Amino acid sequence: MSHRTLFEKVWSDHVVVDETPDTPAVLYIDLHIIHEVTTPQAFTVLRERALPVRRPDLTLATMDHSTPTTPVSSFKDLAVVGESAANQIRQMERNCDDFGIDLIGFGHQNRGIVHVIGPELGATQPGKTIVCGDSHSSTHGAFGALAFGIGTTEVGHVLATQCLLQRKPKTLAVDIDGRIPSGVSAKDIILAVIGRIGVDGGTGHVIEYRGDAITALDMEGRMTICNMSIEGGARAGMIAPDDTTFEYLAGRPRSPQGSAWEDSVRRWRMLRSDDSARFDKRISISAEALQPMVTYGTNPGMVVGINDPVPDGGDDPSFRKALDYMQVESGKPMTEQAVDVVFVGSCTNGRLSDIEEAARVLQGQKVADGVRMLVVPGSQQVKDQAEAKGLDRIITDAGAEWREAGCSMCIGMNGDTVDQGKLSVSTSNRNFEGRQGIGARTVLASPATAAASAVTGRVTDPRAFS
Amino acid sequence: MNPVKRIRSRSVVLPTKDIDTDQIIAARFLTTTSREGLGQSAFYDLRHNKDGSENTEFPLNRPEARDCQILIAGNNFGCGSSREHAPWALLDYGFRAVVSTEIADIFRNNALKNGLVPVVVDDSTHEWLLNNPAAELEIDVERATLSLPNGRSVVFPIDGFAKYCLVEGIDQLGYLLQQSDKIVAFEEARTWTP
Repeated sequence: MSHRTLFEKVWSDHVVVDETPDTPAVLYIDLHIIHEVTTPQAFTVLRERALPVRRPDLTLATMDHSTPTTPVSSFKDLAVVGESAANQIRQMERNCDDFGIDLIGFGHQNRGIVHVIGPELGATQPGKTIVCGDSHSSTHGAFGALAFGIGTTEVGHVLATQCLLQRKPKTLAVDIDGRIPSGVSAKDIILAVIGRIGVDGGTGHVIEYRGDAITALDMEGRMTICNMSIEGGARAGMIAPDDTTFEYLAGRPRSPQGSAWEDSVRRWRMLRSDDSARFDKRISISAEALQPMVTYGTNPGMVVGINDPVPDGGDDPSFRKALDYMQVESGKPMTEQAVDVVFVGSCTNGRLSDIEEAARVLQGQKVADGVRMLVVPGSQQVKDQAEAKGLDRIITDAGAEWREAGCSMCIGMNGDTVDQGKLSVSTSNRNFEGRQGIGARTVLASPATAAASAVTGRVTDPRAFS
Repeated sequence: MNPVKRIRSRSVVLPTKDIDTDQIIAARFLTTTSREGLGQSAFYDLRHNKDGSENTEFPLNRPEARDCQILIAGNNFGCGSSREHAPWALLDYGFRAVVSTEIADIFRNNALKNGLVPVVVDDSTHEWLLNNPAAELEIDVERATLSLPNGRSVVFPIDGFAKYCLVEGIDQLGYLLQQSDKIVAFEEARTWTP
């Protein structure tokens, strides 16, 4: 009888060479997603050593981080992002061209954020190993894949060999049971998990999210959950695939077709932790007690319920430094904070259901005076789907900006930034100092909370709008 | 990669917990296509005031911090993104080792692949290091020890293979390329194809 976790099943299916006390395992990678920011130096290594890309067919390339969210029809349009970002974008085109990799570039209907387009195309599948030079690669674990972020040296390893040297990580089960209260979204759930385990609680571990609150989520909600695993220190987060997963994947361009589909689903159904599987660590959370969450500090673990007071960190200097930076006081709720900027988008919350969640709040409302709201779809497909539903009209009628796909204000590399000292309510994943711009103050929240805050001009409980 | 066997240096202390990769090197410096010259961007927004002048309060800017090769940091150093620019920037700035009670997974992997030694120590050693900036320290990579000036020496955990690569200056891509027969055999034996 098998006693293996979901992670162990996917791991052992990809071991090319077993690990020993002296050497790590050689792990095969089924899908390598690449973008313009973390790959140029890896291609330089390939050129220096006259190495080809071993499996261009298992390499999915796009541009998302430093790309403009205004339309690009020629290289001249890249001027908005500055000379060095434009150069990086051109270098990506050259690298893909030289090494025989299909690039989903400007003008392509499928371009978008790496972690949005992989699933959208059906390239992300249960049981695969998936890596990308981006820490939010954990997103793809929502399909029961083992997916994690790697550095540029490792990007070079995968390009050249389709393999990585890895030590087997430990496992952490996060069980979330019970009915999710109305007005609480996947973003609120994962923020609550990180608040519970802390930003280093998952270090050295792969998380598996389980329980009926998780299986009740649609694929987009599951992606939001797995996306932020890294914010709890875990390189990967996984959810066992089920009918919801298979329904999402059926008929997508890169999903298995015909009889291969039936074979795949049969194989995918085996991808669940055995009842007797042992995890190195386990925590459980009751979904019933959850509420909309917002961050108050400078890491995603510094998070409170929307109406709860900011905690007192005692005399911990790191805590005090974070509150000083955020200009936030212990004992007061975040709902007292005035808002300057609202960002809806990113690989965490830039999918169709996220745009819909924001649009539901914005319907018939206006963004408050003095607030700038930017809505950036995670991919051109999300953009097209949202426009087909008329969501862009709701958003622009409310006075918000509706942009082209990209990472945008989550990382602020493309000119979409928050000014010094301004407070941003953002659906992205990191509230680090300076993340959205020098001196920018970021409050992480769900799309509904972000939209509600845009309308009132203060950090606002979205349940007031339902 | 050059071999890294022994590091002897004074320490500089950044006691803040959870120093993330955005603080180590902000995203606006990642539009480069090179790995060279990133030291000037390391901790840029902490080393400078809002008006662009040097922040003389920041520990790295103090006279005794010049030429320090060992950075002592608060718990969970290097959390956040996978940007390898973070260890590239620290190395180019002059650091050879980072010491904390915990070092984030992706940053640690990236550091090891570039010859920046991640050293994880126990709470009491960490406390001593935080309270004694500019201490003369020695890191012996082969023995995996950190020696304090008071004669105390602690062993730190390091993966045997990573240590071997550091000490011998071995590049892991070469090792992986040697496995190519096994990689081909794996691909041919698979019961399903991605």
